[in-house]
Formats: sequence, C-alpha cells, structure tokens
Amino acid sequence: MTSAIVKVFVPRDSAALAVGADEVAEALRHECQCRGLKVELVRNGSRGLFWLETLVEVQTPQGRIAYGPVEAADVPGLLDAGLLQGGEHPLRQGVTEQIPFLALQERLTFRRVGVIDPLSLADYEAHEGWAGLRRALSLDGSAIIQEMLHSGLRGRGGAAFPAGIKWKTVREAQSAQKYVVCNADEGDSGTYSDRMTMEGDPFMLIEGMTIAALAVGATRGYIYIRSEYPHAIATMKEAIARATAAGFLGDSVCGSGRAFHLEVRKAAGSYVCGEETAMLESIEGKRGVVRAKPPLPALSGLFGQPTVINNVITFASAPIILARGAQAYRDFGVGRSHGTLPFQLAGNIKHGGLVEKAFGLTLRELLYGFGGGTASGRPIKAVQVGGPLGAYVPESQWDVPLDYEAYAAMGAVVGHGGIVVHDDTADLSQLARYAMEFCAIESCGKCTPCRIGSTRGVEVIDRIRFNRNNDQNRAEQVILLRDLCDTMTHGSLCAMGGMTPFPVLSALNHYPQDFGLAAPDQAAA
Amino acid sequence: MNDLSLSELLAAHPPRDGALLPLLHAVQEALGHVPPAAVPLIAEHLSLSRAEVHGVISYYHFFRSSAPGKQVLQVCRAEACQARGAEALLAHAEARLGCASHHTRADGAVTLEPVYCLGLCASAPALQINERLHARMTPAKLDALLAKEGL
Ligand SMILES: Cc1cc2nc3c(=O)[nH]c(=O)nc-3n(C[C@H](O)[C@H](O)[C@H](O)COP(=O)(O)O)c2cc1C
Ligand code: SF4
Ligand code: FES
Repeated sequence: MTSAIVKVFVPRDSAALAVGADEVAEALRHECQCRGLKVELVRNGSRGLFWLETLVEVQTPQGRIAYGPVEAADVPGLLDAGLLQGGEHPLRQGVTEQIPFLALQERLTFRRVGVIDPLSLADYEAHEGWAGLRRALSLDGSAIIQEMLHSGLRGRGGAAFPAGIKWKTVREAQSAQKYVVCNADEGDSGTYSDRMTMEGDPFMLIEGMTIAALAVGATRGYIYIRSEYPHAIATMKEAIARATAAGFLGDSVCGSGRAFHLEVRKAAGSYVCGEETAMLESIEGKRGVVRAKPPLPALSGLFGQPTVINNVITFASAPIILARGAQAYRDFGVGRSHGTLPFQLAGNIKHGGLVEKAFGLTLRELLYGFGGGTASGRPIKAVQVGGPLGAYVPESQWDVPLDYEAYAAMGAVVGHGGIVVHDDTADLSQLARYAMEFCAIESCGKCTPCRIGSTRGVEVIDRIRFNRNNDQNRAEQVILLRDLCDTMTHGSLCAMGGMTPFPVLSALNHYPQDFGLAAPDQAAA
Repeated sequence: MNDLSLSELLAAHPPRDGALLPLLHAVQEALGHVPPAAVPLIAEHLSLSRAEVHGVISYYHFFRSSAPGKQVLQVCRAEACQARGAEALLAHAEARLGCASHHTRADGAVTLEPVYCLGLCASAPALQINERLHARMTPAKLDALLAKEGL
C-alpha cells in the first residue's frame, strides 16, 4: 500500500453525470477511505470520448491512465486491480493521450478540456491561461483586431462570418456604451461543444470575451446560456466570480484601468433565441422575436448600442490566436476555412464524441476513422450535418472535404459542426416531417412563410407519406412541397424558415424511396 | 402562491435593463411556475403592461403558468436521440406512466414533457427527471428509474 497521494480524475461534465459520474466519484471516495488509500479526487471536464464515460483517469509516472466506461459497482474491483498504480483491468484504456480517438485530433480550443479542474485558476494559468489576454493588454484595439483578421477565424455559430470584421465594425462605431454578447444558446441537436467548453474550461470563454471587449472598447458583457444547461450556467457563474475576485474581470482588468463586467443570462427554452437579434430581444426582457436587419447588431445591438455577438467557440478561439499568433492558427485548415472546428459526433454512432480537427478532413474519416460506424452495427444511411437546419448528406458526398465553401457548393452546411448519424432503419420522410414540425413549434411567428409554411409542410408531407396508393396525388403533393420550400427559402426573414428546406429537400432528393417515389435520379446533386 | 416570497423576489430584482427574464426565472424557481396572479405584480414592479409580461411568459417554452406535477420527466426527442430510439422511449414513458406528453397526470404525480436536446447527443437517447440527467436510456432502464422515483 502506497502512502503518497494519488490524483484521480472523474469528470463533472453533464454527459458524464448523466451516466453516473457522481456515483463513481462517491464510490471512489468511500472505498479509498475504507482502505486507507490517499487520493486527491479532481472533477475535470470531459475528454469528449463519450462511449467511455465515466472515464476515470489516474496520474502515474507513465502519464494519465484511463479506465472506462466505469460504473460505481466497478470501483472495488478496479482498486483491487491496482487502479491507483495504473494496474491491469478489462476497463483499462491505456495512456489517455494515446487513445487513437484523442491522439489523432488537433486540439486548440479543447486542449485543456478534460485535462484541468475547470474552476481552478491555478490549473488554468499553468496551462497557457491568460497568455492571450496579457498579450492583448499590451496591444491597442486595432492591433488585436488585426490579429483576429489575419487568423482567418470565422464565426463558429453557423453563419461563418469573419470575426475580425465584426469586431472592427463595433470598434469603429461611436458610442459611450458598447457590449460583448456570447451566444451560448446551442439549440442544435447533435451539438454540445459550447456546453463542454463552459463546463470544462470556463475561463477560456471569459478570457476570449475580455479580449473582444478590449478590442472594441466594451465594458459590459453577457453570456446567454440555454436553460437546458444548468451545469454550464452554474460553472460559468462560479468562474466569473472567481475571475472577478482575482482581478481578471471588474473595474480594472489585470490592473490595466480598463473595465469589463460579465454576467450570465439564462435563456428560456426557445430555439429561435439562438438567432442573434432574437437573443438580444430576449436579453432585453422581451419575447424573442427576430429583428429585421439592418441595422446590424454591430452598430445597433443590445439596448440599441454597438454589440459584438459571437458564438462560444468563436470567443474561445481568441486567446490561443493572441497567445500563439495569428499565423499559427491560420496555418490550420483549407481554402478560406482556417483553424480547427470541434466536430461533434452524435446519434447512432459507435464512438460518439468530440473531435477537434483542422477543416478539410472528410465526413467519411469522421464517421469511420473516429466514429467507428454505427452503434447499432447496421449500415449508415443518412448523416445530418450542421444541426436541425442542415442537410442530410448521403454516402455519395462523404468524401467532400469539410470546409465552408465545399459544403455550401453541394447545398449543405458545416454549421456548428454537429454530425448526427442515422442507420438504415431511419425513414427520411419521417425526419423531413420532423424538420417541418420543429420549425412550426419554434417559429417566432414574425413572417408567414415560416409560421404558416411549416405547418402546411407537415400536412403536405403527411399526405405524401400516407397516400401510398395514389401515385398521381402523391406526385402533386411533391410539387406542392417543393413550391412551399421555395417560398420558405426566399420569403423568410431569418434562417429558421429560410433553412428548414435544407433537411426537407435533401431528404426528398437523396432518399425519394422513403417518400414512396422512384429511386434517386443519379443526376440529382 | 406564497405572497411573502414573491414580494421578497421582487425586492431582490429591482427594475433595470432587461430585468424581466431573470425575475421570471427567480419566480419559477421559487414557486415551480409563474402563477397568473403574479403577473400584475411583476408588471407593476417593472413598469410594464400586464400584456407584455403575459406575452413573455407564454412565448417561452420554459415558463409555466400552472404548477407541474410533483415530478417532471423530460424526454429528448431531437434528431440525435431519435436516431437511438427516442420516439419509442417517449411512447414507452407515456404508456408506463399513463400520461400523455405535454400533460400532468390526473393525480398530479408527474408531468411528461418532450424537450429538444439536452446536449447529451453523443450518449443518446437522453432524458431528465427532476433535474437529473440520464443518458444511454432504454425502456428497461427507464422503468427502473421510474420505480426508484416511486412512479
Ligand atoms: C434559428 C437560428 C438559431 C441559431 N442558433 C444559434 C445558436 O444556438 N448558437 C450560436 O452561436 N448561433 C446561433 N445562430 C447564429 C446566430 O444568429 C449568429 O450568427 C451567431 O451567434 C454569431 O456568432 P458567430 O459569428 O461567432 O458564429 C442561430 C441562427 C438562427 C437563424
Ligand atoms: S423565419 Fe421564422 S423564426 Fe425567422 S423571423 Fe420569420 S417567423 Fe421568425
Ligand atoms: S438530441 Fe437529445 S440530447 Fe441532443
């Protein structure tokens, strides 16, 4: 029996909690106490290898050794097998960093997630924390923006607009009060990288938003977090309190004399409030209805003032860009898609989890190289990329490199990097119906194509699906559906109504059999 | 409704820019819902019309105007969970509880709600019961969970 204190890591990420991480931590504490073993239990974020959660790691001279998926009942057996020395056991996965799923990644924004105690300022500092902010404090705002522009960073929340240009617009706007707002509404099915960031490395988001504030001259910031993420909300609030107490936020950021105050706002379960202007309305205390643009939020945003709005991962990219230099970041990626994206494998996939890679790898590499195919063991049939407003991508397109332009060219979107896998039991007419139904439930109601069109869309798809014996009627309904999608695409004020046709039409075009139509026309893209 | 706690909540949320959502969250956290009787008080406190306050409460899925059941079961039915059998899981929950989704059972014991993504999409299907998350669900595991909750 050793007497040295051994560090053991048990994640506190929601996805680990949902499979019993608290029970595992409690069992470890209890068993070690009974056996007189000294351990320091660290509750880290998740490494993002979700099929292995709860992933327990032990610090050894060989590095951190991983065990998973661990359940509370496994703990006595693991300790018997010498868990604390990295002993052999059927659940032993080897050195964490060498697990291929992790070893093959290019982690920039996620380099600390799962590694450190998310709320430890000392851990953060010891792992390159605040280096970007310190550099930003030595530059003037326009030099910070020059770095952002040169990095090639584009917004990671979906629309992929260059972050530096947005920041420049806000910086050049004349106003006594400017704001920085983080969009942490993350409503897309299949996405969880914002949640993992907030739960696993909250100081990185604080640092990124502070850099933005310094660049544009804002003194107040808000993080709008969806109500479905109570753990992220609690972690961010605690991190803000600690960062403020340590002088990284407040009236004088790092003693610079420049103020930045940050506050969490809890959303209330409306998908469209992820749209930036609806989010502003919501923060202002109103119904989250989309505003017409112009004016751009960069000029007239929160409370009518110039406002930087970015996604969590966009802000979280700023510290490393400042710390390592724009060129180092820019060198990742292909074409005009620079840097990395945390791709998120979800749905029917054997190895579901977070894969941060430079742009340019293919869906097939993600699905099989990282994901290992379906969890059900059946063939993959359809993959929805980029959230509920993203297209279903059929196998013929799985070798296209993941970059914004290449995906746009085939009528799909990379979006926030969410990838939802369906096996061959999926009925794409059912999923198309669901897309319309979701739009009908979540529409803000401001424009008719979206509000009424989505309800009509459900009805038309139902007539196609349940009219299997009447070919003529079905053909007419398909024409109607295409017409309706055309109206929604061109007549909607925002992407909610404007992009719902992406999943619907891609399902119809690539999987016509599921709608009772003839097999796919090879010419159809 | 507990008048004392409502007035305390109002006092703790003085009028300021964008005060309405934080206040509604505080009320719902304390009382489990935002009772219609609270609407005029909130409106007066923030110098808003009752219609504005009601409009906000009814717009957002998260806010409730009536008390939920003693326990709340939320089943995710977004795409990633659908790919792992969420629709069947929700149907199973309805049958097992004798309660349709979007409803509170007649005896007030449980409310069943569909939700759209809990951020556990890589460990689908997912659900939440009494604010505790559960992933990699199956009908059998759900039965065991409900039994543990006395349902
Ligand atoms: C219906 C709808 C929902 C959206 N949801 C989100 C979201 O959850 N998170 C997000 O960052 N952006 C979302 N967006 C995109 C935002 O409007 C906006 O483009 C983004 O937050 C800007 O940040 P970025 O430039 O860093 O991507 C959504 C857009 C629409 C139309
Ligand atoms: S498209 Fe839909 S969500 Fe967007 S503004 Fe119009 S009604 Fe609102
Ligand atoms: S889709 Fe169910 S948790 Fe995300």
